Amino acid sequence: MAASSMRRFGRLGCWVSRREFSTCDDKVVVQKSGKSMNLYSAINQALHIALESDPRAYVFGEDVGFGGVFRCTTGLADRFGKSRVFNTPLCEQVHLMGFILTWPHKQGIVGFGIGLAAMIVNEAAKFRYRSGNQFNCGGLTIRAPYGAVGHGGHYHSQSPEAFFCHVPGIKVIIPRSPQQAKGLLLSSIRDPNPVVFFEPKWLYRLAVEEVPEHDYMLPLSEAEVIREGSDITLVGWGAQLSIMEQACLEAEKEGISCELIDLKTLLPWDKETVEASVRKTGRLLISHEAPVTGGFGAEISASIVERCFLRLEAPVARVCGLDTPFPLVFEPFYMPTKNKILDAIKSTVNY
Amino acid sequence: MALAHAASSSSRSNLLRPFSAAISCAPSLRRPFSSSSDDTRTLTIETSVPFTSHQCETPSRSVETSPKELLSFFRDMATMRRMEIAADSLYKAKLIRGFCHLYDGQEAVAVGMEAAITKKDSIITAYRDHCTFLGRGGTLLQVFSELMGRQAGCSKGKGGSMHFYKKDSGFYGGHGIVGAQVPLGCGLAFAQKYSKDGTVSFALYGDGAANQGQLFEALNIAALWDLPAILVCENNHYGMGTAEWRAAKSPSYYKRGDYVPGLKVDGMDALAVKQACKFAKEHALKNGPIILEMDTYRYHGHSMSDPGSTYRTRDEISGVRQERDPIERIRKLILTHDLATEKELKDTEKEVRKLVDEAIAQAKESPMPDPSELFTNVYSKGLGVEAFGADRKEVRAVLP
Repeated sequence: MAASSMRRFGRLGCWVSRREFSTCDDKVVVQKSGKSMNLYSAINQALHIALESDPRAYVFGEDVGFGGVFRCTTGLADRFGKSRVFNTPLCEQVHLMGFILTWPHKQGIVGFGIGLAAMIVNEAAKFRYRSGNQFNCGGLTIRAPYGAVGHGGHYHSQSPEAFFCHVPGIKVIIPRSPQQAKGLLLSSIRDPNPVVFFEPKWLYRLAVEEVPEHDYMLPLSEAEVIREGSDITLVGWGAQLSIMEQACLEAEKEGISCELIDLKTLLPWDKETVEASVRKTGRLLISHEAPVTGGFGAEISASIVERCFLRLEAPVARVCGLDTPFPLVFEPFYMPTKNKILDAIKSTVNY
Repeated sequence: MALAHAASSSSRSNLLRPFSAAISCAPSLRRPFSSSSDDTRTLTIETSVPFTSHQCETPSRSVETSPKELLSFFRDMATMRRMEIAADSLYKAKLIRGFCHLYDGQEAVAVGMEAAITKKDSIITAYRDHCTFLGRGGTLLQVFSELMGRQAGCSKGKGGSMHFYKKDSGFYGGHGIVGAQVPLGCGLAFAQKYSKDGTVSFALYGDGAANQGQLFEALNIAALWDLPAILVCENNHYGMGTAEWRAAKSPSYYKRGDYVPGLKVDGMDALAVKQACKFAKEHALKNGPIILEMDTYRYHGHSMSDPGSTYRTRDEISGVRQERDPIERIRKLILTHDLATEKELKDTEKEVRKLVDEAIAQAKESPMPDPSELFTNVYSKGLGVEAFGADRKEVRAVLP
């Protein structure tokens, strides 16, 4: 299985250069001695470490025992046994919460899960609060793929992060690259709160970078400035960052210096880093794949206007998905592409 | 429509099954017992209505009990009844705000279930949870404090009527989302099976929730993995104001599991409930999930905003009270067996009333939770996000 995936990865290797990442070194944990790997392998490695370092960690979901649709759980069942890595019917939501509830220190890691919103919102997120801290679902980490892949159609390409950002009690994490994914996933699994971990589907095979072999964690609720600049602040997360970075490079050619921030944790999000950056540049652009209305960009925009109203030199720009269902044939029109971002950068800077 | 009405009238008449028959048909009941004999001696009492089963054997109608147990049933149910009636007045006096769903009429289910299981078994229920909590060993003070949102409440006043929990005796709480507790209960059973501790989970839901999709999803996994989950449908015949026949194609909820065995139980008879739960526990540990349909009745409306008399007749309610009341049934058993005098039972009721009043007085003394509690327990520490006081100026909580 693994070998065939690697072959497939090799075939896609030629695309990789087109979607490259600036992954500025995390001073704390990341060492240079890494192995080049793609996003799903990094996730797979993180899951191996999680199961190995904590005997009370479990993985369950549809097909996880066979490696999962995206190969993220390959080899886990062979290594850790069917009692720790097991398949469930499609309605896994129904059980995992109760399971986690009785074993509050355990880590459940679930593949897939956009359909289980009600359980996440009403049970996992509120259990601690409504029981006066008697019970919690803190051991739960829900992994789910999100976002466009170029041909996903109406359901599989959606970006539902904003739905979950409206629910105090859970954390929402989206990594941008293999190295980030490994560190953030390990932090999520070990965090004492329920976490929804969205993985950019587009990058599973496409994003390749050096990932350290050892067990490391990246802090949650801390944004990262991945590119420094002075004229405008760009905020994004997940797969969208590579598009934004390309726009930054284009803008640079025209003499506009862009600062690019990866939010990483959407809930609870790091307002301070974004605020500090906007205080410096005076302009803000937010970009995400989800439809613009009610997207998480709206929340960032409102908070930053509240904090930096007098410092802003232009209205906050949002370059997001259109307010339509995620289209099948019109995907190129729907997506917040490099040129759309570039246009918005220019009009904001020249406002 | 004609068909539907036929179904309705048949189900109506089923509600009023006389239990006097029980007493006359059980020969042992006529024998007078001397009150001086041992409290814990075994009494065998026949249930008034036979169990009906679906894909499993039926348990015996002869239930073993003891004078002590019958007297404790009486006392516990009288406490629950009094507590719910007091909660009703507290709500009307605006001392309880928010939701409040009363359990009076259904007490036999809570009491009978507890008699068959231990505190190591788990119970999870919906929002009508006051009496289940009391049955699990919660105190009146905790109940009234939680209802009135006070610090002494079982969830520190943060949960309210629908969210009672008791971790130390396996009570996984009241749940506000209709039907959502059933999957959780099956998850609890999964954990029990996983850890091989020989215990079971009872997931209670109403006849309204029985039509929920997630119930069937949970049942599928529970049956697939042979989980020791017991799904208890407390069929009080109305999902809010909707009679069961208006909501369910087949109101035989014990048969709704298809491949999962089921048992229909007279939920107004604590002894029948006890017998069924004992049977179910043994069955679940051996063979996996089972559904128990408790045929019961709530005297109050669905919640406080429902007078409970617009969709059913007053005659129906008073008929059930006269013919099937769970407390009266036990009272008659105690009197026929000469286990206590009428006066002693009246005294018990007076004593219970006093305890309830004292608990209310004490609960009123308990302070409201500190305002800062609004921000705690959202995440494991602190609120996790920025939040302000009422004036939007003072920051109360920030990133953890």
